[in-house]
Amino acid sequence: MHQHDGKFEILSKRVMAPGTTRLEVKAPRVARKARAGQFVMVRVDERGERIPLTIAERHPDKGTIAIVFQALGFSTRQMADLEVGQSFKDVLGPLGQPTDVRRCGRVVCVAGGLGIAFMYPEIVAFAEAGNDITSILGARSKDLLFYVEEIEALSTHVHIATDDGSLGHHGLVTEILAGLLEKGEHFDYCIATGPIPMMRAAVELTKRYDLPTLVSLDPIMVDGTGMCGACRVTVGGEVKFACVDGPDFDGRLVDFDELANRKRAFVEEEERCRLEETADRLEKEREAEQSGDATSR
Amino acid sequence: MAEETTTNRKAKREPRNPLPRRPPKERANDFAEVALGFDVKAALAEARRCLQCKRPTCIEGCPVGIDIPGFIKAVEEERFEDAVSVLKDRNNLPGICGRVCPQETQCEKACVLGKRQEPVAIGALERFVADWERDNIESRPQPNQGHDAPKVAVIGSGPGGLTAAADLARCGYRVTIFESLHAPGGVLRYGIPPFRLPRDILDREVDYVKSLGVQIETNVLVGKTLTLQELMEEEGYEAVFIATGAGLPWFLGIPGENLSGVYSANEFLTRINLMQAYRFPQYRTPIRVGKKTVVIGGGNTAMDSARCALRMGSQSAILYRRTRAEMPARAEEAENALAEGVELRELTVPVRVLGDEKGRVRALQCQRAKLGEPDASGRRRPLPIEGSEFDVEADTVVIAVSQSPNPLLPSTEPRLELGKDGRLIVNPETNETSIPGVFAGGDIANDAGTVIAAMGDGKVAARAIDQHLRKKHGLGPSPH
Ligand SMILES: Cc1cc2nc3c(=O)[nH]c(=O)nc-3n(C[C@H](O)[C@H](O)[C@H](O)COP(=O)(O)OP(=O)(O)OC[C@H]3O[C@@H](n4cnc5c(N)ncnc54)[C@H](O)[C@@H]3O)c2cc1C
Ligand SMILES: Cc1cc2nc3c(=O)[nH]c(=O)nc-3n(C[C@H](O)[C@H](O)[C@H](O)COP(=O)(O)OP(=O)(O)OC[C@H]3O[C@@H](n4cnc5c(N)ncnc54)[C@H](O)[C@@H]3O)c2cc1C
Ligand code: SF4
Ligand code: SF4
Ligand code: FES
Repeated sequence: MHQHDGKFEILSKRVMAPGTTRLEVKAPRVARKARAGQFVMVRVDERGERIPLTIAERHPDKGTIAIVFQALGFSTRQMADLEVGQSFKDVLGPLGQPTDVRRCGRVVCVAGGLGIAFMYPEIVAFAEAGNDITSILGARSKDLLFYVEEIEALSTHVHIATDDGSLGHHGLVTEILAGLLEKGEHFDYCIATGPIPMMRAAVELTKRYDLPTLVSLDPIMVDGTGMCGACRVTVGGEVKFACVDGPDFDGRLVDFDELANRKRAFVEEEERCRLEETADRLEKEREAEQSGDATSR
Repeated sequence: MAEETTTNRKAKREPRNPLPRRPPKERANDFAEVALGFDVKAALAEARRCLQCKRPTCIEGCPVGIDIPGFIKAVEEERFEDAVSVLKDRNNLPGICGRVCPQETQCEKACVLGKRQEPVAIGALERFVADWERDNIESRPQPNQGHDAPKVAVIGSGPGGLTAAADLARCGYRVTIFESLHAPGGVLRYGIPPFRLPRDILDREVDYVKSLGVQIETNVLVGKTLTLQELMEEEGYEAVFIATGAGLPWFLGIPGENLSGVYSANEFLTRINLMQAYRFPQYRTPIRVGKKTVVIGGGNTAMDSARCALRMGSQSAILYRRTRAEMPARAEEAENALAEGVELRELTVPVRVLGDEKGRVRALQCQRAKLGEPDASGRRRPLPIEGSEFDVEADTVVIAVSQSPNPLLPSTEPRLELGKDGRLIVNPETNETSIPGVFAGGDIANDAGTVIAAMGDGKVAARAIDQHLRKKHGLGPSPH
């Protein structure tokens, strides 16, 4: 089913955390142009959805980019099954506006869960620009954290929070942020990436301290080039297309309620696709068993 | 004029042969083609209706100037292969044009027969010839480029880009089309549904363009993946044709428009046509179409959206602020839509989208309108009637009011001069933009908004590019 024409070949694969996979993909043109904050649209095969994914790493010398994703639904699970040597059918990018990376002084980077994949390239870019980085990383449990060593190497301080208390603060990343701000730590800029409630909580907090805060939005997308409007978000009362005007926006201006609502648009269909997939797999396994060469997947 | 036509022809007064279509009840349930096309008998009969005018006005009505009486004569004499050659001399994509051209405002409008009775069914004949070729002639690769021929880049693989690329390849240039989506065709692929333009027809026409030696590189968004400047300065393209279309969807700017269940027509059609959501979950892109779909608009896009909604099992209504007489849609498609059961609510202006407690659409609040004086487009302006508000129940809303030129590429190249409407300004003779060697056409540069106008631009630009490059390389005038 997967193509082997080598165009968007997978050159390395690493499981970053249970359910979270990093793939390094050959895409020289994308690698050359990509900047922090940008993303690609990928398709696994001829029947696949177009899936937006942050460009977590770029390696222009090798002509590769890396993407990190959580196997949530059908497409991301299908991607998690790809192996080195197989190829994506399509990779389009880099898309979206690059983050406006400036030297602003002390930057606090708050990332929850998969938000760490969005955050890592930002930290790389803001550190390269000469900023002092404080990182606050969170996940449900310590096993689910990733890029921690890389981020430690780029940050002056790293704080960890886990929902189950298995590492660092037992609680939310925003609680750590609140603590730092209350203590009177001064930051010049904040970046918050992660689930909507987390970004919303971060912004509510930083508003009180007049701390400019960048968030990275992940609305539903179809083309990723400004042609469909599926990704529209309201920012400062204006309708923006996240794929061309974003995906980074000033968090203080984002209408998170609307975003959360629009992201739920296809929940039932996603569920159906997943059920279908399960049925498919069972069917395949049964066939394989019958033909006597059952291989467990 | 009739006086100028050959008079020794029989059977002039026979009525026009209708294009056979599948019954509305049957076709409204699937995505297979609605029109069936002429059989040989009907084609011959229709070809005989043509007067073979000495001064064929029909040709002036065709933006690419097909020798219409020429190809019809070949059909009449059952020289179908010759008919193919006549068509392909001017039109690289006849199977598409025969299906989607608004003939009633173009070639057929200009047909002299139309003055006394019904015009010759030129579109249906064109389609017949193209389909005959598909069924009877095996296409062979016929590249014509030397290894060191100049390179030309075409940006966008809609009808404008495909046409320019084909013509340039025939002139011997090495042509690459860069397309941002994963499949070529532009609106032909993502907008026009398969029941109007079956995908095997589109694929076949694209393959024909490739057979001339044209390379198509998908997944390249010029402006992001590569810039125009890099194409010319680093990748060695000596001329560029921009045909990036009018892909920017308009919204109405009314409250509630971002509720879930409200789509732009582009999103709705892209999910269904490009991503094949009508085959979900075998194809993985979902779409949610409820029980009551309301489409806002009156053009081809609105018709296509409404007919797709029907086929997805929904009731389907079109809200249009003027009346049917002013609808810009191709007449045949409006007729097809209504026959299939799409409801048309004329003189209705939406003012607000109403949602339920879950943030999903439940209705559209509308106002009634009456027609006033004609506006700039020459159509009578709709005037909303105060106090006439009423609700139209809807769980899916598709906004199909208009599109404007795709701003992405121009926004990354400040040297490209833009008009007020966001269109690239081009020299009308050559389609050259403000950057020498860079040409543009189709919906990014003109407001005709038809497949054939985009193709016409592609032809003009290809000729101008050929001249530009001949001059640059000190070659003589083109033999073409
Ligand atoms: C600009 C941008 C960058 C992104 N970068 C990354 C990335 O680097 N890594 C990554 O894993 N994901 C990223 N995403 C999100 C990713 O595109 C979706 O998770 C993916 O489309 C899900 O596809 P699926 O078919 O596997 O799941 P689906 O079947 O579509 O969904 C599975 C489950 O995930 C939920 N879901 C769907 N979409 C999202 C979403 N956008 N965010 C969170 N949950 C969602 C659904 O509600 C459902 O419960 C990004 C999104 C955008 C817009
Ligand atoms: C739903 C619908 C129905 C229609 N029905 C009819 C009809 O029946 N008859 C008719 O005559 N006309 C019809 N039209 C209008 C007609 O389709 C368009 O006028 C025509 O397709 C314009 O052709 P084009 O070559 O300018 O570009 P398009 O067909 O718009 O193609 C542009 C292509 O460029 C690509 N692109 C854009 N930007 C970039 C970039 N930066 N880099 C690379 N690629 C890029 C796009 O992805 C797209 O594939 C319809 C339009 C729509 C939307
Ligand atoms: S290309 Fe279109 S306008 Fe020209 S003859 Fe054919 S149908 Fe008519
Ligand atoms: S198509 Fe009409 S105008 Fe053209 S030659 Fe025939 S009769 Fe005359
Ligand atoms: S994803 Fe289509 S416009 Fe943004």
